[in-house]
Amino acid sequence: MGNWLYEKVLPLLEYVPYVLLGCVCAALIAALIYALVRRSQKKPVQRFIRDTLWGYFFIFPWLVGICIFFLSGVADSLLYSFYNLKLDNGLQLIPLTGEDAMGNTVYTPLANYISVFNKELNYPVTLANFAVSLILQLPVIIAFSLIIALMLNGKIRGRGFFRTVFFLPVIIATGPVMNQLTAQGVSSVPMVSQNVITSVLAGMPEFISTPISDLFSQLILILWNSGIQILIFLAGLQKVPTAMYEAAKIDGASGWETFWKITLPTLRSMILLNSIYTVVTLATGSTNPIIDLIYNATYAVTKGYSYAAAMTWMYTVIVAILLLITFLIIREKKEKKSKDIWRRDVESAKRGMQSKKVRKLLERGKAA
Amino acid sequence: MSITDMELKEKAKAIRKEKFKKRMLGSADKRGLMMSLVVYVLLVTIAFIYLYPVLYMFSRSLMTRSDLLDASAKWLPSQITGKNYQDAILTLDYWNSLWKNLVLALVPTVCQVFICSMVGYGFARYKFPLKGFWMAVLILAFLLPTQVTSLPNYLTFSRLKLADGTVKPFVITAVLGQGFKSVLCVLIFYNFHRQTPQSLVEAAEIDGAGHFKAYWRIAVPLCTAAIVVVTLFSFVWYWNETTLVREYLGYGHTRAKGLTTLMIELQKFEDSYNTTFDARASSVTSTNKINDAIRMAGTMLAIAPLLILYFVLQKQFVESVDRAGITGE
Repeated sequence: MGNWLYEKVLPLLEYVPYVLLGCVCAALIAALIYALVRRSQKKPVQRFIRDTLWGYFFIFPWLVGICIFFLSGVADSLLYSFYNLKLDNGLQLIPLTGEDAMGNTVYTPLANYISVFNKELNYPVTLANFAVSLILQLPVIIAFSLIIALMLNGKIRGRGFFRTVFFLPVIIATGPVMNQLTAQGVSSVPMVSQNVITSVLAGMPEFISTPISDLFSQLILILWNSGIQILIFLAGLQKVPTAMYEAAKIDGASGWETFWKITLPTLRSMILLNSIYTVVTLATGSTNPIIDLIYNATYAVTKGYSYAAAMTWMYTVIVAILLLITFLIIREKKEKKSKDIWRRDVESAKRGMQSKKVRKLLERGKAA
Repeated sequence: MSITDMELKEKAKAIRKEKFKKRMLGSADKRGLMMSLVVYVLLVTIAFIYLYPVLYMFSRSLMTRSDLLDASAKWLPSQITGKNYQDAILTLDYWNSLWKNLVLALVPTVCQVFICSMVGYGFARYKFPLKGFWMAVLILAFLLPTQVTSLPNYLTFSRLKLADGTVKPFVITAVLGQGFKSVLCVLIFYNFHRQTPQSLVEAAEIDGAGHFKAYWRIAVPLCTAAIVVVTLFSFVWYWNETTLVREYLGYGHTRAKGLTTLMIELQKFEDSYNTTFDARASSVTSTNKINDAIRMAGTMLAIAPLLILYFVLQKQFVESVDRAGITGE
């Protein structure tokens, strides 16, 4: 059973993207021929067919690319992680073997996944550390970039200058340059007295204090990572309708209230987008220790390609879980959120109902 | 009479006090001085934090050896020297690498902008079967770590003998919409083209323009802001990426001679310095030994083209960010 699975079924995975691409192409060619025939008969081509053809015309290069490179890459990497593959002299696809006492080949699925735990004793610890530092960094980056965006959005002198400076990290914050800077010790703010922080942290258990002290020692790096996030927030802030602010001002709302009641709720989707973006960039950036581990394992003699693929997939699952958590925390809770009876009424009116309270208010309004 | 005088005085005082308070703390319409002060102090501080590494790099790169050792010359070099830059230029083989790097960054960027704009338009404008599925794949491509696909891609390249140190693999991936962070570019364009009024495009079509002409003549000119943003971003991404570039160029395996980038040269800066100046042989006494100033000069040189480009495009960039709606809602 195992052998059959390994030799016949799993390798088929490799062909899935190409089959998909082939099917789409065949369907498109059929549609094209149909359209041409209709045209030669001087009959109008249906809008649906036309839109499909033109839509696929525009996305076609990408479609081919995503099938050849992305989808097949995903399939390959998943497939290879179940085999035993190395990158040394050329490429050899050796089916994963272990021999039992009788000399028969035994297929042990997940062998790579299990050996990650045996060979890479640091791996779970590194993963956990990464998760903790991510959870600590994320709110800092989001809050910081939101504050910067709010300040840049207001009426200030030298706005152009400040914007230029704040987008600078987008341009230069990258691997080698960052490494040079970290080596120079420029990555921490010189003015922050490290002693105060260390003395506070001394009383805490190690697994909390280490990430926090890391957070402070890498403050510049973290702040430098928030260039795109500031961009996203700024673009979001520009879309908040000014009429809303004016209405709030007339109703006598203070700036503080306006921020919490109008700005923040409208920015909610931006915050979600930013968080996801931050998690993804932090997780896949070249300064990430896990990416380094994976990269080294690929070319290591004792580990090899399949092993690295298994590591990558484990890592992907962890990142996916982190993303899911982020999403669940920040996503919009639609029904519960709206305390405003008028808005709730609009929602329920869509479903054909109108709340009693609103009906009463309306009647009173008519009477008056 | 004097009582009313007193009252008036009191009143005036109260009004003045009120005015002062208003000016300091602000009112509903205007921000007060205090608030402005806080905002400016914060902005300047953070701007300094942002500029600090660059300034540090720049001032260090101009220092002489004795200044580096002198603790009193932390910021301003006592004597400005250009020698570090000369050495760094030699080490990086600068003009040669710069030219190669420009080719390696510019050509794929142009392809990327062109293709991503088309793909974004296709997704934004038309309804077609499986559209939801392809959008989901697009998002998935953004979320999955590049490492998942980079290894099999590398194998595909080497099987097809593409990873030969030329610009070919970069162009092929970019033309097929799989360049560095293409997904983000597609999403930016998608979002932007969605805001283009449909009626404009449809009017052009009624006037007899084909679908592609409508895109080229109407939609593209309307999204110059997005084009500026995406061009700058892709150029920066192509310029700064190292791991993928090494794979595409076939480093570690078939690599012999060919294109290189300044970032890759920067990674092996110390080794190339030692070979260039033969510093290791006489390491103890040598005055040639590598120092921070030379390293910083090398780093400055590596990012100099980006800085120049940024300051040239800066105005358009900052303005278009406002309009580009980088955000996907």
